[in-house]
Formats: sequence, C-alpha cells, structure tokens
Amino acid sequence: MQTPGKTMALTLSDVTIRLSGRVLLSVSATVMPGDVLTIMGPSGAGKSALLAYIGGFLDPAFVASGAVLLGEDDLIGLPPQQRHTGILFQDPLLFPHLSVGGNIVFAIPEAIRGRDVRRRLAEEALDEVGLGGFFDRDPETLSGGQKARVALQRVLLSQPRLLLLDEPFSKLDMALRQQTRELVFAKARSAGLPTILVTHDRADADAAGGAFIHIGAETQS
Amino acid sequence: MAGWTRRWATAVAVTLGLAGPAAAFDIDDWASVVSEAKGETVYFNAWGGAANINAYIAWTGEQMKARYGVDVVHVKLDDTARAVASVLAEKSAGKDADGSVDLIWINGENFAAMKRQGLLFTPGWATRLPNWAYVDHEAKPTVLTDFTVPTEGLESPWGGAKLVFFYDKARTPTAELPKSAKDLVDWAQTHPGRFSYPQPPDFIGSSFLKQVLIELVADRSKLLKPVNEATFQQDVAPLFAYLDQLTPNLWRKGKAYPQNYPDMKQKLADGELDIIFAFNPAEASAAIANGELQDTVRSFVFPGGTLGNTHFVAIPYNANAKAGALLLADFLISPEAQLRKQNTQFWGDPTVLAMAKLPDADRAAFAALDLGVATLRPDQLGPALDEPHPDWMTRIETEWIRRYGAAN
Amino acid sequence: MKSALHPHIGTGVTVVLCLPVLAGLAGTLLPAFGYLPALGGTQVTFQHFEALAAQPHILRSALISLAAGLTSTFVALVVVATFVAGFAGTRPFAFIQHLLSPLLAVPHAASAFAIAFLIAPSGFLLRIISPVLTGFTRPPDWLIPNDSLGLSMISGLVAKEIPFLLLVMLAALPQLPVANARRLMTALGFNRVSGFAIALWPLLYRQVRLPVFAVLVYSTSVVDVSMILGPQLPPTLPVRIAHWLADDDIGARFLASAGAVLQLALGLLAIAIWIGVERLGRICHRRLSSSGKRLGDDRLLRLAAASVMATSAAFIFIGLGLLALWSIAGLWPFPDRLPTNLTFKTWERALETLAAPLATTIAIALLSSLVALAIAIGLLSRSGHRSADRWLPVFLPLLVPEITFVFGLQILAAMAGLSPSIATVAALHLVFVLPYVLLSLGPPWRALDRRYEQIASGLGKSPLAILVTIRLPMLLRACLTAFAVGFAVSVSLYLPTVLIGAGRVTTITTEAVALSSGGDRRVIGVYALLQALLPFLGFLIASLVPQLLFRHRRAMRI
Repeated sequence: MQTPGKTMALTLSDVTIRLSGRVLLSVSATVMPGDVLTIMGPSGAGKSALLAYIGGFLDPAFVASGAVLLGEDDLIGLPPQQRHTGILFQDPLLFPHLSVGGNIVFAIPEAIRGRDVRRRLAEEALDEVGLGGFFDRDPETLSGGQKARVALQRVLLSQPRLLLLDEPFSKLDMALRQQTRELVFAKARSAGLPTILVTHDRADADAAGGAFIHIGAETQS
Repeated sequence: MAGWTRRWATAVAVTLGLAGPAAAFDIDDWASVVSEAKGETVYFNAWGGAANINAYIAWTGEQMKARYGVDVVHVKLDDTARAVASVLAEKSAGKDADGSVDLIWINGENFAAMKRQGLLFTPGWATRLPNWAYVDHEAKPTVLTDFTVPTEGLESPWGGAKLVFFYDKARTPTAELPKSAKDLVDWAQTHPGRFSYPQPPDFIGSSFLKQVLIELVADRSKLLKPVNEATFQQDVAPLFAYLDQLTPNLWRKGKAYPQNYPDMKQKLADGELDIIFAFNPAEASAAIANGELQDTVRSFVFPGGTLGNTHFVAIPYNANAKAGALLLADFLISPEAQLRKQNTQFWGDPTVLAMAKLPDADRAAFAALDLGVATLRPDQLGPALDEPHPDWMTRIETEWIRRYGAAN
Repeated sequence: MKSALHPHIGTGVTVVLCLPVLAGLAGTLLPAFGYLPALGGTQVTFQHFEALAAQPHILRSALISLAAGLTSTFVALVVVATFVAGFAGTRPFAFIQHLLSPLLAVPHAASAFAIAFLIAPSGFLLRIISPVLTGFTRPPDWLIPNDSLGLSMISGLVAKEIPFLLLVMLAALPQLPVANARRLMTALGFNRVSGFAIALWPLLYRQVRLPVFAVLVYSTSVVDVSMILGPQLPPTLPVRIAHWLADDDIGARFLASAGAVLQLALGLLAIAIWIGVERLGRICHRRLSSSGKRLGDDRLLRLAAASVMATSAAFIFIGLGLLALWSIAGLWPFPDRLPTNLTFKTWERALETLAAPLATTIAIALLSSLVALAIAIGLLSRSGHRSADRWLPVFLPLLVPEITFVFGLQILAAMAGLSPSIATVAALHLVFVLPYVLLSLGPPWRALDRRYEQIASGLGKSPLAILVTIRLPMLLRACLTAFAVGFAVSVSLYLPTVLIGAGRVTTITTEAVALSSGGDRRVIGVYALLQALLPFLGFLIASLVPQLLFRHRRAMRI
C-alpha cells in the first residue's frame, strides 16, 4: 500500500485522444509530486476524456493511446481500482445512502482494520476540515462547501497516488471557491500528490500556480 | 424427421424409466386395487366453475384419504377439453405412462374423441367396479350409450342430467309458459329480448340447439347415426328456419349471447332474461338457497320431453395412479356418495343408481331428501329425449357459427 | 467501466432465454404445416391454412384484433404523452402518478371485470340513476359490453395500458433534460405541451419504443380482456385460437396452430403499421418544429389528458370496489344500488381451499422474479449504459404473442419428459418476467450518475464491491420496483402456467380463471380481488422498504 510519504512523479507521454478518427488532444507532460498541471480549454476539447483515460473509465467511443507513468509503472495496463487515482468532480457526489462518516470510512483502504480505528480516522479527517461531530449526519443536510470538504477528505483518506480535479470549484460561489481551492491545493501539496486540474476558469489556473497547457483552441465545436 | 422425433421421445422415455411397470393389480381382485391405490395421488381433472361442485369433490377427497389413504387433487378445468388436450400432448410426446391426468369428468364429444383416439384405459373396467351392482343401466340407457356412442365400460357413470327450464313466477305467469320449442318462438315474439341461449359451442347452448333439432327433425332415427353429408342440409333445415325466426327476438337481438349457464342465471336474477334452462333439475333450488336467484323462481319442462343424458368419469390410458382412479370412480357411485350428490344442500345432481337395487336404509335416505322449492319431482320431469350422435353436435355448431357467427 | 461479470455470461443468458420462444414457435409452426406425428400428421401441407381461411368470418376476427390493438395503443400513448408533456414535474402529476401506480398491480382480467360490472346495462352506473332518471325497472337490452366494434374492449385495454405506459415514461424521464428544455421552450414562447412535443418527445419516445411495441403486440393478441369485453360474434382471433386449442375435436390442434401463425403475422403487421405511423409522426413533428408555430392555449388539451387518466383510474378503482361488494353480496337484483343481504359464504369457501394455491403462486413468483432480477442486474452491469435493443432476444416474449408459442412449448416439455413442478413453471415464468424486469430496471440503471462509480473505483474498490456497496443500494428502490413488476407479471400468467403446469401446479390465477368460467359474480369478485392483492402487496413492499431503510437519507426518498 502506498503511503503519503512516498509519492512519485506523473508522466504523460504522447497521450493522444481521438473521437471518430479526429484527434482531440495530444499531451506530453510531467507533474512532480505536490505540483499541479492545469489543462484549460473549451468544452468538447477532450479535457474530461483525458482524465477518464488516466482514471481508467474512458467511454469506448473514444480511442486513446500513449503511456501514463507513475514513477516507473504504466497505469494504463492496470484495472481502474488498482490505479488509485483520486478524483474530484464539479459535484461533490457524496454517496447519498451513506452517512457523512460512512462516505469517508468507505474510502479508507481495507488494510486499515478495526471498526473503531476506521471510525476514528474518519472523525479526525472531518475535524480537520471543521466538520467535527458531523459523522452521523445525512450528506443531503450539508451545505455546498461542507459537501466539497467531505468529498476532499474522502479522496485523501483513500491514499491516492495522484489527484485528478475535473472543474471541482465551478459550482461554488466566489467566496467559497477561493477557500475550497486553497484547501484542496494545500492538501495536495502536503500529501505530495501529482495533480492534474482541468478547468475553464483562469483564476483556478493562477491559484494552482503550476504548469499550464491550453488545448483545443482551434477545434472548438 | 418423424423418425427422429419418435426415436428421441423413446430415448427420453427409456432413460427416465417412463415405460412403466406392468399393472400390479387386477380389477377383478378388488383387494389388490385397494392395496395398490394406498398412498397414490389421484389427479381428478374436472370442470371447476361451480363452487358447490368443487366443495363436493373436496369432500370425496377427504373420504378417500380417510378410508383408503388415497390423496385426491382436484385439477379445476375451465374447459374439459383442456384435459383431453393434455393427454393428447403427452401421447404426441410418447409419454405413454406416468401421465398427468388420472381421472376425467367427461361425456359426449370429449368421450367420443378420446375413445376414437385410443386415449382411454382398458374397456370394461367400469362394469367391473363393485358398486356397479347398484347402477341403473336398465331404465337409464344413457348409462351405456354416451350420446349414442357405446361406453363399453370405458367410463363410469357419475350423475344424470335433464334439460329443465327456469322462470320467475313473480314476473312470468305460469299459464303463459311455452310448452314446446315451437311455442317458445311465439313466446319470444311477445317477450322480445327476454330469452337467449349460451353461445355455441358452449355445452348448454349446443344442447338447446339439439333440443330444437330433435323436436323439429323429420326423422328422429337419423340422429342416432353419424351425420349423412348428402342429406345434412335438408335434415337441419327446420332447425335453422326456426333459429332465423327466433333470433331477432333474442336478448341483444342475437348480437351477443350469454357465455354459459351461470351467466344466464345471473341474467335471470338481474331481470335481463325471463326464461333460462340448465341440465341439472335441482340447480334453481340450489341457487335460491345460495341467494343467487329470487325465491319465486320455479322450474318447468316441455310435456313432449327434453334432452337427457349421463355424465361420467374416465381414466386416460397413460394415467399414473390407475388403481387410485378406479377406487375413486367406485366411491363416486357408492350409495353414500350418490346420496350426498343428490342432496340440494351440496350439489343436487340426480343419481345414476336404481332405487330398487339399493339396501333398504339407503333407499329410505334417498326418499327422505328434500329436493327444494323449485325442483320438479322425478315423475314431473317428463320424458327424456336421447342425445343425438356427437357428430351432429359438431356439425350444427359449425353450421351455427357460419350462419350466426358474425353479427352486424 | 469493466464489468463485474464474465463477458460471455450475458450473451449466453440472452441466448438461453430466447430458446423457449423459438422452440415454442417451432412447436407451433410444424403442426400448422401439418406436422404432428401423434395425430398422424407427417406430411407438409397447406391444407390447415386452407381450413383456417374457410373458417367463417375469420378475416373479421383478425381485423377486429388488429384494429383494437392499434387503436388502444395509440389512444393510450397519446393520452399518457399529453399528460406527461403538460404536467411533468407539477403537483397534479405527482397525484395522478400515485393514483395510477397501484393499478399496475391489477391483473388485466380483474380490471376487465371491474369495467364490465360498471358499464353493463345491469351494471352499477345504470343502477345509480335507475329507475329515478331512466325509468328502467329492468336492465335495458343494450349491446354493452361486447359491442360489435370492440369499443368496450378498446376502452378496457386503454385503461389498463395507461398505468404501464406512464410507468415506463416516468422511468425514462430522469434521463432527459426536462427542466432545462421547459425553461428554454417557455422562454421561446411555446406552451407546455407543444414545447415538450418539440424539444423532448423524440428523445422520450426513443426510450419507450420497445414497451410501446410490447403493448401493441399484447393488445392485438389478448385473450382474457377480449373474452370479457370484446365482441362475441365473431370473437377476436386470439379468443378463437384459444377455443380451438381447447376444442374437443382433437384435429382442431392443426387449425389452432395455423391460427397462431396468422396471429403472429397479425402482430408483425401491427408493428409494421405502427412503424408507418411513426414515420408519419416524424414528418408532422418536423413540420411543427420548423414552422415556428406557437400553438395557442393548451389548457384544454392538458385538462382532457388529465381527465382521461383520472377517469380510467377511477373506473378501475370503483370497479374493484364493486368486485369487493359482489364478493359478499347475497341477492342483488336490478335496479337495487346495494345488495339485499350480505354473506361471507363465497369467501369462506374460497379460503378453505386457498392455502395451497396461494403458497404455490408466491413461491413461483418469488423464484422467477428473484432470478430475473439477478439476471437483469448481471446483464445491466455488463453493459448497462448501452440501450436496451442489445438484448432484443430477451424481449422476444413481449413481441411474440404468447398464444403462438406456449402450445408448442407444451409439446416440447412433454417430449423432454419434464414433469410439471413449481420449478419448471417458475423457469417458464422467468421467460416472461425477465423482459419486464429489464424494462423496469434499465432506465434507472442508466440514469444513475456514473461518476459515483468512477469515484469509487478511484478509491480503490473493485467492480463487484462497487456494484454491491454503491450501485445496488443507490438503486434499491428501482430494484424492488422491478422485482414487484416481475412478481405481478408472474402472478397474472395464465396460459403458460396451465399448459406447463399440466393442471398440477395451481395458482391463484389458474383457480381464478377456472372459477370465473362459471360466471358467478361473487366468485369472480373473490378471485379477482385475491389476484390483485398479491401484486399490490409486492408494490407496497417495494415502496415501504426504501422509505424505512433510508428514513434518515433525504436524497434517497424521492
């Protein structure tokens, strides 16, 4: 099991995504542990498809090639559950049938055993983001910002090897967006996770402070 | 292809051990039947459309269980032909033993069809049942010829039937009742929309057609033989001339017909119909007791006679529980079972036994039965007209559908 | 997403499931062309088709079936579509939805009886106003139901098809951008109905097309409803086939088989005509969309659709009440509004013999619908995001009239030496139950946001773990509903149960049909209610369990 201390760089080598024969994007880049690579572009440019390719759930309508290396390992050969790619979408997507705490416990790796241990980990994680005592709450009763924080902690506790952010702040209002953005980047940095951020929003890219790729400008559809 | 199917079916039968052992009992050694039957389950396929009859069959099941350790399962049919079809399907598939039907409630066309196709258990079994001794086969010839087809002991009598008309004396004065089929046409003319018959090929509906045919046909002896194609149209011409005259005055002007007897019964209660008819003389009394008909309903027959017949039980050639079926058939004609069957409280179906042959106590019990307010006594039922050969029924049904099968 | 199951299982299952239909069809086709060795038929011949053609009024029987199927499907579809277009997302919508859902549980025969008890000249409607308003002291001699044009039958079918079509449309709606489209179309100045028709109807119709075909084929080949409400002179084609199948003249087998082939052709013809109507509809739709016409006020149209929906529901509900009253009625002559006296005799008699058939019905329904649910989950988790057409073979039993292949199946079952048992009957029920379970579960399955599973796999969970811990719990309500639908289908199956059960497997429905052949309204009342009660309990459980389980989860209570 990967521990947060031993993270590795993420390398995209000639990753090309095609839709019905047309090349949507072609990317080569390396993201160091704790760094953020921002990918900007209009909708339909294949940004989300790139994340799906890395995560292992690309729709069969797309054809993709190229290697995604984490350290020396090529992720593409692995089934999705063994890639340990933490993902945050625009919606927090907390599992509605579980409690707030249940969502987090679900994410804790199986190697960590014992009901009490797992619960304590989850409670600590909630505490960390100002949600102490929220363990038994119904996710639906949380505010947008609270949900986003739970979603973040859920990803982090699963001990991911990299982080994929698919416009995760776009649905939050301005004040909350700022806050959440800082929290996410800080966490990613302290966990040493190579991170790819896909966004529309220039401000997101600026806050990320890392490398920057602009795609699909000429093939808007 | 034929060979392939047959070979396959045989192979299946052999691997599953369906060929069946030789009978382990002898009908003439009744004790061997009783001991073979013990523990068997008899699937009794019988029309299930009347709650009182179902209850009666359930009672026979209880008796069979208590006395002989035989389980009786009443397979309730919406149409007896369905059981005939099952046996046929099994024969098609080469399933010559271990069949799904053990005993069928049957008569007329269904019997003729099974007999013709060789779907029935060995001839002569019925007359070798111990209780056959009580059966009235002298005065009731329909016990030996089922719709003119000789029964040859292939089926055992269960009950008698006679066409009887019902009316509500609160609505229809007794003096106005028709006394023959001819009368009925006139009556319908003065009471349009108040008479009908179940749509053939319903059994009761077809029976009405036969009643009219017998009354009007030029030479009744022709009806005892299969239809003669050359003269058929000529023979039935009076019947259809009669129906042409009757139809415009029928309920719904003949554009729809009641489905069956219970449907007519409901329509008599509702006041849609004024005269209906059934094959069971006690039916009206039973219906009054059940709150299905007004207590002013009474019975009548045509003085010139109405259709009479007998209904039977038969055993398919491939029955699984033959001994149990024999035992049940015998119990059904025991004085005790027949007495209960004739009791209006339970069913009200006339017995097939001869009073003179019964022990005194049983005879007295039959005499003591209360037949009910609306039931005619045996001496009031009038002469019984014999059923025509089954061929006639099939042909006039087809002819009926051709002529009246599409209303405009 | 990779599947939790081996890729070949799905294909294997679909093949196995369409085998009975194909085999049954063969068992019907061969006798139609004269091949049935047990009856001496060993030569291929067309004489049985000639005999069929010579049957009096056969063309009229066929045409009435065809017309009734097309008309009732069309009317029901238009009513439901207009209602959905006019009301989706409103309060009356939720109300009528709740009113109609239990009707899915009412078997066709029971609702047909319910309607007959209401509209017949001796029925309740006339009793209410007689003799005061009508002067009738005896029922008038009117040809209702069973009218020659089949109008009573068509209205009975419409009343029963409405809840089903509403259910499938409701299931498909969440996949459509209803709110967005409505806002857009309103902003463009369209009224609700025409806005919906232009923006959403093609999308919605594509999703419900298969169930619509199923309804079409079903109503073209229905036996029980047309026996109760349909014309009798001549009866519809399926009723005539049913009579031939049960004819005491055993040679009628060949005729029945030839009739079944005609029925099959009729079903195909109905679909072909329907596809023609679809084409026409598409042209009209294109015209309407490009004309830019803003149709005026749609209030009247919406009101009409809602009234038809409400009336059909009310008819069946009041009719069921009547069935209940008849089941305990003593003498109840016309024009009395209430029975003279009440008696529980019919119920007592029924209850005495009820335990065994009840247990058998439940066992078969549980078995077949649970297995069907498991198979449906397996198939969907393999390729659930793709459209349902993929499993066309599984839907074959919906598109091939039941009567055309069940008889053939009976011969085959006997040949294979299958003895009738709960297991064999349940296995056959599975063939009919699975397509309905798939129809019911498919849309919510596809509607579930797949990102939940992507997140979970990012969290390191295997496909099987995701299925069990995320998807199935989130779809619990949909699974239970699909199960209840399957349960209801199994409970109501008659012909397959009788033919394969060889009379030895008795269910509430086989008892109900056998006893209703007696035509006694009290007995019909008892059994129709019993028949409706079981599926209703299924739906009740399907709605209560998630309510209870997720009482602390607001997003799970929809």
